[in-house]
Amino acid sequence: MNAPLRSPAIEAHAISKRFGQVEALHDVTLSAPTGAVTCLLGDNGAGKSTLIKVLSGVFRPDSGQLLVRGSEVSFASPRQALDAGVSTVFQDLATIPLMSIVRNFFLGREPLRASRLVDWDAAERTARAALGEMGITLRDGSQPVGTLSGGERQSLAIARALHFGASVLILDEPTSALGVREAANALRHVETARDRGIAVILITHNVTHAYAVGDRFVVLDHGTVSAERSRADVTSSELQDLMSGSRELQELLRSTGTSD
Amino acid sequence: MTTPAIGPDWLRGLRRRPEVTPVAGAFAVWLFFALIAGGTGFLTTQGTANYLEVAAQLGIITIAVTLLMIAGEFDLSVGSMLGAAGVLMAYPVVELGWPLWAGMGFAFAGASLVGLINGLLVIRTALPSFIVTLASLFILRGVTIAFTHDVTGGATQVGGVDEATAGSFLRSALAGELLGLPAAVFWWIAMTLVASVVLAKSRFGNWVYGAGGDADAASKLGVPVARVKVILFVLTALSATLVATIGVLVNGAADVQQGQLKEFQAITAAVIGGTLLTGGYGTVIGGAFGALIFGMVSQGIFFTGADADWFQAFLGAMLLSAVLVNRYVTRHAQAAS
Repeated sequence: MNAPLRSPAIEAHAISKRFGQVEALHDVTLSAPTGAVTCLLGDNGAGKSTLIKVLSGVFRPDSGQLLVRGSEVSFASPRQALDAGVSTVFQDLATIPLMSIVRNFFLGREPLRASRLVDWDAAERTARAALGEMGITLRDGSQPVGTLSGGERQSLAIARALHFGASVLILDEPTSALGVREAANALRHVETARDRGIAVILITHNVTHAYAVGDRFVVLDHGTVSAERSRADVTSSELQDLMSGSRELQELLRSTGTSD
Repeated sequence: MTTPAIGPDWLRGLRRRPEVTPVAGAFAVWLFFALIAGGTGFLTTQGTANYLEVAAQLGIITIAVTLLMIAGEFDLSVGSMLGAAGVLMAYPVVELGWPLWAGMGFAFAGASLVGLINGLLVIRTALPSFIVTLASLFILRGVTIAFTHDVTGGATQVGGVDEATAGSFLRSALAGELLGLPAAVFWWIAMTLVASVVLAKSRFGNWVYGAGGDADAASKLGVPVARVKVILFVLTALSATLVATIGVLVNGAADVQQGQLKEFQAITAAVIGGTLLTGGYGTVIGGAFGALIFGMVSQGIFFTGADADWFQAFLGAMLLSAVLVNRYVTRHAQAAS
């Protein structure tokens, strides 16, 4: 569990982002080392989603710096982030129900033959192998993604992100829509990615899930970093206390007499 | 994956081949008219050439309209573009003595501009393309009629195209005949095959499906959704211009009313061909058979001796059944989501 913390694969320095009057992020600094899981925790509205959209090229920050493997980058689109090796599994998974599994897997990165046409045979073989590594047997690559379960689509999105050589893998709330067994499976994928030497950023508001796989924990609160701990320095319940909203929850439990 | 498949194997196979229904439909329509009107000319070479010509002229537009619909957008200005392109091409050829290729080049340039404006307006305003291109439908038709009135002193046609283009190679390539069939039929078939390969086997084709299936997801995966859509709006205007040119050369004149209702006919053909109104699903081959059904029904009615107005009722019924079949397809494709 205690993977050595190596050089940061991605760093964000003093990132700020406003939407009209609302400052979603204020001076946020975050770094994610290779071969480690950095958990980004926070309540709804803490700025987690905005931060990952900045890291993945969906939003441009108003100020601050982004560095990938030590050199400064500026992403104008998700495509540029992907090309820099920053791959994101969005909460909505970015899968297209009416398209086949193989077409979804390669959307935006279709392998070409010498004729400039897409090599769908190679695509199917590659998708089969990549999904196989995640413990999923692909029976029919032309099956529409809409027929898959939530957990299967999650696995597809993670396998896709991993396959395209991500050095940074960002997972936005990968467990929130899943059942207990599927969530455990998704967390296993997180460990697989870490063991491959990938810098994983795991966004969640579930402390149990974060503590199960995390090496480092960054807590966001109202658009700023309110706490930063490594695994050795914090227990699961301390982590829970660091999250905003948990104090209110404990007071509620005390007042209703359900807490000891 | 591990999900149990829904329905028997052959049914799932069919659902993944959206062109199966329109191909079967085209055969059924052909059989219907062959039985009812086989003795009155439907089955003759001339009868076949008649409905193939109608199918081809609609089919060329349907190719682009299908791609655009799969990408999640509509273009209601196709019919008006057809009228505008006819005048844009015929006026300089007849009145200014330009060669045919120059007149066509001028019309294609004008169409590219219209397609670009349609596309950029839809992307920049994020308004439904239905509304944006409905506005273009009126604007283009109005400008075409007013301009033609103005320069011809009140006429609604630019005539004299036959004399102005006599002996031109382009003219015979577009409006001539081969093996008893109009040239448009061969253009239609060739373009259908090319577009079909592009949609099924090219990177751009996969992006078209992605853009219409879920524009947000596609763009997160690095697909240049805006560029894909703008290119398709331009292609749609260009396809209308090709059909306008063929029409003007065949008729010998450009009429300001040319192309009316073509936008709805092309959408009808695409939907009969299995393309979803909501985007993300459909094929070029399906659209071609949709156009073929349209051609057979519109010409077949004459051979039955029935009132030709039955055509529209017949077509409406086919459209409705196609939409119902398409809805069945989507429901099953999304069964587990």
